[in-house]
Amino acid sequence: MMKASIAGDEGAYRRLLEDISRSVRAMARGAFARAGAGDADVEDAVQETLLAVHLKRHTWDPEQPLAPWVYAIARHKVVDALRRRGRRRIEPLENFEEFLAAPESEDPHALSDARKLLETLAPRQRDIVTSISLDGQSIAETAKRLSMSEVAVRVALHRALKSLGAAWRKSVE
Amino acid sequence: MKTSELIAALSADPVPAPISLGRRVALALVIGLACSVALYWLLLGPRPDIAAAAGTMRFWLKFVDSAAFALPTALLTLRLARPDAKPRALMLWLLAPLLLLAAGVIVELIATPQSAWMSRLMGATALHCTITIPMLAAPSLAALIVALRAGAPLYPGLTGAMAGAAAAGVGALVYASSCPGDSPLFVATWYPLATLICVSVGALAGRRFLAW
Repeated sequence: MMKASIAGDEGAYRRLLEDISRSVRAMARGAFARAGAGDADVEDAVQETLLAVHLKRHTWDPEQPLAPWVYAIARHKVVDALRRRGRRRIEPLENFEEFLAAPESEDPHALSDARKLLETLAPRQRDIVTSISLDGQSIAETAKRLSMSEVAVRVALHRALKSLGAAWRKSVE
Repeated sequence: MKTSELIAALSADPVPAPISLGRRVALALVIGLACSVALYWLLLGPRPDIAAAAGTMRFWLKFVDSAAFALPTALLTLRLARPDAKPRALMLWLLAPLLLLAAGVIVELIATPQSAWMSRLMGATALHCTITIPMLAAPSLAALIVALRAGAPLYPGLTGAMAGAAAAGVGALVYASSCPGDSPLFVATWYPLATLICVSVGALAGRRFLAW
């Protein structure tokens, strides 16, 4: 599915990200519970993992299985999230395959850092991200509304996501 | 922002990412090597007695050993840049240059009288060597760090350190034909010291620039 996504299949990619988010959420819940950290930041860890998976897609070798690669990124991000909460002892995480089998759904009330970080983006970039993510508009609709070309919207979106990743990293340090 | 909203934004951004990490690292090494060679011709040049030196085993051991060090460290750097890296088997190849150098040292200790050991070890250019190798390694290290920013290393410091080691290997390879110290005793003392400088700088650069 990742191969199809890299080849540009938008629907396949969305389904893949949804699968990943469910598995990572289950894994993060487990890790947070074991660290005694509560559930508040689980969704942040999930979103950071998704963003990292997206921005670092090219570091996955198509010859290799996808799950260990996703797991490595998720573990890295979960450990970061726990460290941010000042938990020093971090238990090793269990087998990722278990979480693939036990997906959990998102807590609809969880507020995330991502909204805060959106504020750090340039206004045009923020506008594009919110219109596509929160308002559910397509690239074409957004392009029409802002009277930009679709390519320009795509490029701006890509840059915005990259700066979102950078802002997130800065908030960790 | 809800996760489902983030997914909507991400999947609307299917810009194909045709970045090949391997190609980037290879390109960085080529650029670094080219810059080092340019620096070499500008500032150093080959040693005056190169024709005579080229007839000795000692002279060639420096090249073989530098290459044997640069190659596995470069491959390890590339491997470490992926989050699901499994570098262990490759680590064993780091023993190759060490064993090679150790063999050279033992042969040198047998072949030369004990009274000459210290002067062979110190050579005439110890400080020059320790400074020049990192200088020649700097372009490779800088290019590698830039290339590796596209990677996702779980251990940025270690990855940077390994890039520093690979850069030191390139620096030593370029420097070898200018360096008048041929004795394995000299090489085994000052080249590793120069490498250590590159590794330390690489580790710092890795922690600073390769975290993601």
